[in-house]
Amino acid sequence: MKKWLLKKWLEPLETALISVATRKGVKRWSEPLSTAWVGVVTHKLRSSLTMLGIVIGVAAVISLMSVGRGAEAQIISNIEQMGSDLITIRPGSFTFGGVRGGVSETLTIEDAETISEQVPYVSAVASSYSSNLQLVVGGENMSATVTGITPEYMQINNMKIASGASFSEQDYQRGAKVAVVGTNVAETLFGNANPIGQQMRMGTIIVHVIGVLESKGTRFNSPDDAVYIPLAAMQQAVAQPRTPQGGRIVSTISLTVSDQSQTQNVIDTITSLLRTNHKLTASADNDFNIMSTEEIASTLSETMGTMTLLLGAIAAISLLVGGIGVMNIMLVSVLERTREIGIRKALGARERDIWLQFLIEAAFLTFAGGIIGVVLGWVIAYLVSSMGLMTTVVTADIVILAVSVSICIGLFFGFYPAWNASRLNPIEALRAE
Amino acid sequence: MIRLQDIAKVYPMGKRELAVLRGVNLNIEKGELVAIMGPSGSGKTTLLNLIGCLDQPTSGSYYLGGKEVSRLSSDELAQIRAQKIGFVFQTFNLLPRLSALANVELGMRYAGGSDPKRALKALDKVGLSNRANHRPTELSGGEQQRVAIARALVKRPPLILADEPTGNLDSRSGEEIISILTSLHAERGITLVMITHDAGIAHHCQRIIHLKDGQVVSEETV
Repeated sequence: MKKWLLKKWLEPLETALISVATRKGVKRWSEPLSTAWVGVVTHKLRSSLTMLGIVIGVAAVISLMSVGRGAEAQIISNIEQMGSDLITIRPGSFTFGGVRGGVSETLTIEDAETISEQVPYVSAVASSYSSNLQLVVGGENMSATVTGITPEYMQINNMKIASGASFSEQDYQRGAKVAVVGTNVAETLFGNANPIGQQMRMGTIIVHVIGVLESKGTRFNSPDDAVYIPLAAMQQAVAQPRTPQGGRIVSTISLTVSDQSQTQNVIDTITSLLRTNHKLTASADNDFNIMSTEEIASTLSETMGTMTLLLGAIAAISLLVGGIGVMNIMLVSVLERTREIGIRKALGARERDIWLQFLIEAAFLTFAGGIIGVVLGWVIAYLVSSMGLMTTVVTADIVILAVSVSICIGLFFGFYPAWNASRLNPIEALRAE
Repeated sequence: MIRLQDIAKVYPMGKRELAVLRGVNLNIEKGELVAIMGPSGSGKTTLLNLIGCLDQPTSGSYYLGGKEVSRLSSDELAQIRAQKIGFVFQTFNLLPRLSALANVELGMRYAGGSDPKRALKALDKVGLSNRANHRPTELSGGEQQRVAIARALVKRPPLILADEPTGNLDSRSGEEIISILTSLHAERGITLVMITHDAGIAHHCQRIIHLKDGQVVSEETV
């Protein structure tokens, strides 16, 4: 079976190779190539210095873009960790590049209850209200985001208790003054001591720490830096504002969908439900913002993609400088080999033969520089990653982009010197020293 | 083989013009061995460059092998040089970074492709097959000129042009070169046109053309 497959693929390949390798085919390509090769190796130092410019440029493109790609990949994986069936509703009338604007106090607990009661395919709904508060334990104090949550919040957001306990049903109902803290908060306030059972002053109230959350690693909005208490307790810690209609304002409503294929449907239903409840006219913008995790992921990765491109563009400047170096060297090389060009012309070289020779030489320099640059960039990206500085990801498209750009630069910047060479008058060229 | 009619060549020199050739008429038959003589500045090299299709006349007609070539494009002229003309220069004009063999191969390169065997044969013809891998700097002047002759003849051109081929050589090497060239002419019936200052060398040729101030002043048959 294997043998048969091998034969099936090898035979046409062989025929193709043989047809290319007919005397004429080989000659047509091997002679200009070998001429260019001789041109490169006879000036080793100069060729390698020229290549160095391209090597640095390509390596910079690869390593910088790999950093961008790495950040992108990390954000996406973080979001996927949050659960892809998650829908988040935040107050605000518009978003621009991920920044919410407009009125920020439009969502209420009542909205969450309506959604939970009326929208199909919704499996769990949680509301939360966040505020930045000063936390004090003995001599230590820090500022942290304190979030009051409803019972479903932890489950919806994939949060797990590492030690101690979570809130009980009763804690939620009575608004017990108990808190679950992130690992960073626990470390900052309690050091090595066990935080469970300790007291902590939070704004105007005092709470007991009953649990520590599992670490989710550094990322934006990490629960490691946050403190959670029951929403009812939050209402005592800070005066939770109300809408003019008397609704209790929350900062997010999050919910999970029981059937992921219905995600868009659920978003549409909630949108029209909230618009009705908020008494928005048909022409008014939404006064809230609703997004599924997938949408957030795609928005963020788009933003990160732009950043990656920007990094690549900055690195490409050095590639451009390298290209100018190639042009410089090729111009010198043409000048220095004027007599050689004259001899070749006397022997019958056409203009095409001459410019092809120099163009291939330039393309060869940049191609070899590109390959070395890819390896170097890859090594840099690997080192940055393995030293834990940043996550880097080298993808095939970056490599292909960098190498093809470097070859194009060779062709582009090699063309003028090559064309110059081909236009030399043979008699004057022969007379050159 | 070569027919020049009223050939003139004028070079612009700043605001003035310098007439190097003024109405040259010349016929060279196939298989002839011709020497061109004349004082320096008489236009010998310019004439040879024109015959070799390295340059084009300002006016007049040039028929090479029955074909008018004086108005061809630079690539068409290159093709003619590649197929029909072998050059031997006073300063040898070998590529210093290539071996003798590679230099000879270069002579075929633009005439349809290299062939190391043929190149080696050509080197053998000038008695240098044992120096094939030497670079020009490792060869004496006479040997370098023999490599240059091998380069000119390797593509078997009907016409070989030599511009003072012995000008940079001592008299003994010069004689060697001349005997190689004349025997080539005798064996292969190659048309050979040679510029020389040396009357002794010129008398190896069948015909001597004297040039002065851009005109043919006299011809003598030896």
